[in-house]
Amino acid sequence: MDLSRKWLNEFVDLSDVSDKEFNDEMTLSGSKVETISREGAEIKNVVVGRILEMVRHENSDHMWVCQIDVGQDEPLQVVTGAQNQKVGDLVPVALPGAVVAGGKHIEAGELRGVVSNGMCCSWQELGMTEHDWPYNPENGLFLLNNDPDLAAKGLRPGEDITEAIGYDDIVVEFEITPNRPDCLSVIGLAREASATFARPLALHVPVIKGSGGNIADLLDIEIEDGDLCPRYTARMVKNVKIAPSPLWLRERLRASGVRPINNIVDITNYVMLEYGQPMHAFDFSCVEGGKIIVRTAREGESIQTLDGNERELTTNMLCICDEHKPVCVAGVMGGANSEIVGDTAMVLFESANFNGVSVRRTASALGMRTDASSRYEKGLDVMNTLKAVERACELVELLGCGEVVDGVMDVIAKDKAETVIPLEPEKVNRLLGTELDAQIMRDILLSLGFTLEGDDIHVPSWREDVERSCDIAEEVARFYGYNNIPDTLMRGETTRGGYNDSQLFERSLGTSCRALGYDEIITYSFISPSYYDKIRLPEDSPLRNSLRILNPLGEDTSIMRTTILPSLMEVIARNNNYRNKSVRLYELGKIYIPRDDGLADEPKMLALGAYGDGADFFTFKGTVEEILRAARIGDVRFEACQDNPSYHPGRCAEVYSGEKLLGVFGQIHPLVASGYGVDAEVYAAELSFEALYASHGGKPEYQPLPKFPAVDRDIAVVCDKDITIARLTDCIKRGGGELLRSVKLFDIYTGSHIPEGKKSTAFSLRFRSNEKTLTDTESDEAVRKVLERLEEELGAVIR
Amino acid sequence: MKEKLELVRKEALAALAEVSASDALEALRVKYLGKKGELTAVLKQMGKLSAEERPVIGQLANEVRAKLEAAIESRAQQLANEAMAARLLSETVDVTIPGETRKLGSQHPMYQVLDELKDIFIGMGFEVVEDREVELAAYNFDRLNEKEGHPAREWTDTFYFTEDSSILLRTQTSPMQIHVMERQKPPIRMVAPGRVYRKDEVDATHSPMFHQVEGMVIDKGITMADLKGTLSEVARQLYGEDTVTRFRPHHFPFTEPSCEMDIQCYKCHGAGCPTCKGEGWIELLGAGMVHPTVLEGCGIDPDVYSGWAFGFGLERLALAYFKISDLRLIFENDVRFLEQF
Repeated sequence: MDLSRKWLNEFVDLSDVSDKEFNDEMTLSGSKVETISREGAEIKNVVVGRILEMVRHENSDHMWVCQIDVGQDEPLQVVTGAQNQKVGDLVPVALPGAVVAGGKHIEAGELRGVVSNGMCCSWQELGMTEHDWPYNPENGLFLLNNDPDLAAKGLRPGEDITEAIGYDDIVVEFEITPNRPDCLSVIGLAREASATFARPLALHVPVIKGSGGNIADLLDIEIEDGDLCPRYTARMVKNVKIAPSPLWLRERLRASGVRPINNIVDITNYVMLEYGQPMHAFDFSCVEGGKIIVRTAREGESIQTLDGNERELTTNMLCICDEHKPVCVAGVMGGANSEIVGDTAMVLFESANFNGVSVRRTASALGMRTDASSRYEKGLDVMNTLKAVERACELVELLGCGEVVDGVMDVIAKDKAETVIPLEPEKVNRLLGTELDAQIMRDILLSLGFTLEGDDIHVPSWREDVERSCDIAEEVARFYGYNNIPDTLMRGETTRGGYNDSQLFERSLGTSCRALGYDEIITYSFISPSYYDKIRLPEDSPLRNSLRILNPLGEDTSIMRTTILPSLMEVIARNNNYRNKSVRLYELGKIYIPRDDGLADEPKMLALGAYGDGADFFTFKGTVEEILRAARIGDVRFEACQDNPSYHPGRCAEVYSGEKLLGVFGQIHPLVASGYGVDAEVYAAELSFEALYASHGGKPEYQPLPKFPAVDRDIAVVCDKDITIARLTDCIKRGGGELLRSVKLFDIYTGSHIPEGKKSTAFSLRFRSNEKTLTDTESDEAVRKVLERLEEELGAVIR
Repeated sequence: MKEKLELVRKEALAALAEVSASDALEALRVKYLGKKGELTAVLKQMGKLSAEERPVIGQLANEVRAKLEAAIESRAQQLANEAMAARLLSETVDVTIPGETRKLGSQHPMYQVLDELKDIFIGMGFEVVEDREVELAAYNFDRLNEKEGHPAREWTDTFYFTEDSSILLRTQTSPMQIHVMERQKPPIRMVAPGRVYRKDEVDATHSPMFHQVEGMVIDKGITMADLKGTLSEVARQLYGEDTVTRFRPHHFPFTEPSCEMDIQCYKCHGAGCPTCKGEGWIELLGAGMVHPTVLEGCGIDPDVYSGWAFGFGLERLALAYFKISDLRLIFENDVRFLEQF
């Protein structure tokens, strides 16, 4: 909402309040000022000049050398190429050092050898349009005296141009919250300003002389659905004379960001800005049957709107129709078929109240949000329609552009009850943490147009947002000043606060990942269904059962992921694309598994990804192992997993803690990687946060340090190639018994000296007793048992 | 004898000066002071001396021995020092050669800011709450006083899973207020961060998925003054002790009175600069007293209990915090970006 400060001063005189103060005070009382600017602020050193003399340029057949009175002792010589001026005309003159629209600087100079001490300006050079100056339609100099209102002002040469032509208003742009549509008007903001600055509000009651006749003889109104149109108010004007509006009215519209068109249309816009009530003017000769029917569009109906576009209407769009056809999309835009044109003789003014949601949906469906619809959509004051139409008729008489037919058609299809709230000062103070006197509250409410009967607050019709005591508290707080309410810290029962165990575990997992060199990523929760193909998920995979967004932004963000792998792969592919040589990434993110009730189970997954810089199966597995170790997850084992289609069948493992599956990791299938355009070996892990959390150990318990030295022995055995290290280790552990403290693989060898189909494996064994220092004989015996067991169970023989 | 002793001393000291290695020094010690050494040999002849001469020569001999021992010891120390100095010199490294590092991973900048925020609230007795993102319209809208017809409920603004608009991706973290009030009895002090979704095309300041942080306090006797005091304290902890806050009236359907909190621009201290777009103030968050209708909907009697709530977008805060110019960087996850934090 753009507000003219000149206009505002008509209702509440704030001419002595600086822009800064106005900005701050209005913002703090709830009408947030976005910007505050002066019209024509960039125009500098441009003045009114009177052409005293014009002669042809000696070196040009189209230029004129003018002597211009700019209020100085001597006339100013200015060369111009314009042709529309004559001696005696008043024109804007940019003096040397002037700045015109677009920041263009004007200096004295020579034009084809003749000195020119400035420039005569058109309205374009002042940053204005032909709509602002209807009496100066042509290209050429802006002849100020052509405009009757400017001519009547008696402009003096030398006067600052912006002041002379009224291009010096202060425009305040407000951000109005959706609960306050009443503030989308000069009067609404004036009421706020009056309460903010404690100045009287001077409202005006329209007075209409009238010209006889009776609207009821000319017009009939029918409302089909009172929910969509609670009220429709109309008046008529005959013997209309379409002409430009007077300067003062055009100035107001321009400052408010509305383009002047002609007197009747301008009046509707003026009233909308002043009262916040959108209005429409119909050429009554185009309203067939003299009847206005407010109804939703019929199947197949369409209308050409004022912007020239043909609009297909649907059956939920409210329209203003005559006997046969729509003539206006209600609350949005009028139809070209009833537009006010030069020869319009009879005008019907509409001032109606429409359902906000309906208007918003219609405007949105038609893709045309207008000044009117953006007001209607917030829900307007039903009581405002009559005041607005009266004001419009008053302006018609003031401007002399027609004769107002007596009588008003005012159809109220749905009444609205007044809201009454008890004034409870103690309750208000309790909510705000203040100790305000009841009288202060009463004064604030009265200044805002509330009325009080005893302790009953009668809420004015334009304040539909005020429904209960807390709303009264806000009104009081706004004008007492939010910043005058004390700052206190909460009293009351102490709360425990803090992270819960699962949150603490989540934090420690992140710390582990980062300590291992992994960077945290954040990826979208929604993906494309085609991503499941990219990770080679089978057609019948249950993971393809995803929640589908019915109105997605696009295919790429249309389903909720049931696996975190595609999101990770996207990031890996992007980094690879950017030629980043290596990455180590992790994300702790949710997946979304559909439930029968339509919602989702949303478990968290820990995803890890790596490529480059020596990433291979075992360095990656080492990362997974270290994360599990740091989480004190016990009884960890790895099982080869050959049937996960996203992973390399020979380099993929499931990891368990006991019988609980924690997740899967390994090398991404080369076909998947190449599908993402990555040639390098890519490694990924998908671990269930819930499983990790369920398996994680508590706080560690101290184990006494050994009292006796350990004995280290290395063994190397040859066995069948397909016996896993896990089986060998398990066998060694059982063979070693209590004395065996640790087993470490340190070599696997195949090749010369080792028979085909066999491999040699070497382990470091550490033995220790808690009772004594082991002798060589005891150690030898322990090793012998291990070797015996290996041979017996796995056919592994010492090398 | 006396002359002999003098000679031994002289010779030994002269030889000592020549010695430059510790094994040669040991040989020298044996040569003069060993059992078969020259001084011992001289002393063996003591028996031939008269009773008068014996103590004199004896004393002299002891003096010579002590002197030689001290000289050898001192020479040994000197040699050891020299050897150590030579070793240290030979072991000298170029300290400007880069160290061998193992890079730590980076926490995502958004979550660094979030952790800082959570810690501030935890310090004030708040607990951290999470909840579902696939949400019922009842929780996301109705019970937050955003009735049927509210613009945010349009299909142009919110992602839906069902034709009847009953299941959606939450558009705000505020439904967590309802979940917590359903689960817990007051007193409640909670902060609830999470992912939220709105139908905005991706650009430098918009993303269809982003994060909000919600907070709520419910107890007996909670006032707007408490809201102001607590949130101002949070701003001071986040932006420094001298941070100035102000509160402006605003509108949210689920709070009344509602407000926005600004902080005075930390760059220009209110004078107006590009950081605050000339306003002198930077909008930080929205807040308000929990609407009695919302409390009633959760079975909490607004005549007994009151509370306040706040919410803000994490991205905007994190972007400003780290001076990140484009929101897209946040979700792109380029390691060259991530590793800066």
